[in-house]
Amino acid sequence: MEFIDYYKVLGIDKSASTEDIKKAYRKLARKHHPDLNPNNKEANKLFQQLNEANEVLSDPENRKKYDKYGKDWKHGEEYEKAQQAQGASSGQRGREQHFGGGQGEEDFSGFSDFFGSMFGGASGSGGAGRQAKYRGQDFNAELHLNLIDALQTHQQTLTVNGKNIRITIPAGIENGQTIKIAGHGGPGVNGGPNGDLFIAFSITNDTKFKREGNNLYTSVEIDLYTAVLGGEATVDTLTGKVKLKVPAETQNGTKVKLKGKGFPVYKKEGEFGDLYVTYTVKIPANLTEKQKALFTELSNS
Amino acid sequence: METGHLIAANDFCSSHQIEISFISSLKEFGLIEITTIKETSYIDTRQLQQLEKFLRMHYDLEINLEGIEAITHLLNRVNNMQDEITALKNRLSLYEDESL
Repeated sequence: MEFIDYYKVLGIDKSASTEDIKKAYRKLARKHHPDLNPNNKEANKLFQQLNEANEVLSDPENRKKYDKYGKDWKHGEEYEKAQQAQGASSGQRGREQHFGGGQGEEDFSGFSDFFGSMFGGASGSGGAGRQAKYRGQDFNAELHLNLIDALQTHQQTLTVNGKNIRITIPAGIENGQTIKIAGHGGPGVNGGPNGDLFIAFSITNDTKFKREGNNLYTSVEIDLYTAVLGGEATVDTLTGKVKLKVPAETQNGTKVKLKGKGFPVYKKEGEFGDLYVTYTVKIPANLTEKQKALFTELSNS
Repeated sequence: METGHLIAANDFCSSHQIEISFISSLKEFGLIEITTIKETSYIDTRQLQQLEKFLRMHYDLEINLEGIEAITHLLNRVNNMQDEITALKNRLSLYEDESL
């Protein structure tokens, strides 16, 4: 656990007045607030640090304690213990969520271990952050799937903030897509509705198919003789093997479309994209003398 | 008081301890819509997320309504661009690794 210089976080010096602290906090909050930095985890983290620094420095009691022990914060821990032994402590209140509200992460711990060890949980007094005051907080979660999992509509149970939620994942969901589960965020206050749960999907493709939207792309190798004279080629699709007729004189790199053999279309049951197959013609190697002679004859014909 | 998907603007404001004039100003700026039924103002719950964001910008960050308006336009653009980047990244994966 490392010492955190809260003055440095807010970019102020030790003699800063309450007004200076407030100003510095507001200025930096305008830069890093999650509402102004959508999908930016780095800004989120910075904003939490800002809130923590503000929580300590804007509260005269906290600031006094912090200034007194500073780098010798370990003594602060002892101080805390002594306080508790005397029964003077206000008791362990849960860490409050001093978070602007916009982007709740799954990890709600918020404040650093350093803060926890020195102050034993947020005092919750002077923080400029906002609790839910009407509509509940939104939660964000990330779900990792394999491409194959996205082939069929299926249900999955997620644990978000200790609660199990069963969700239906529609077939054809895209990498990077976010779905909203209404009402599964934080609880509303004073009759306000609950927040929502946003699930961002991260889809790993470990198949030999490339995906672009609903279409899939793959390649198949055919030998020179099949390419020249025509024949058959077997292609893997996501739902099994398919035999293709290769016309005579097929060029290397020729693309054929297998209609409806692509990826399912999102929220359109029974509709599928296409599969594009590219033929790669394999040139024979390690020719015998006789084969060479035949090719020579061919080239002179 | 809830009327379907509508909530009374007064309830919202008292819960947030803000003046109703803030909501009216947002309406004047075209940032939210208010439904009036029998002289009572209602807000569609679907706007709450956005509305509370405006509130945080105004009261926590001290951004005035003109600023909020400009930020809202920019945020919409940022969101669209992020969607576009995701789509482009997904397309790019077609050309990465081995060539087809």
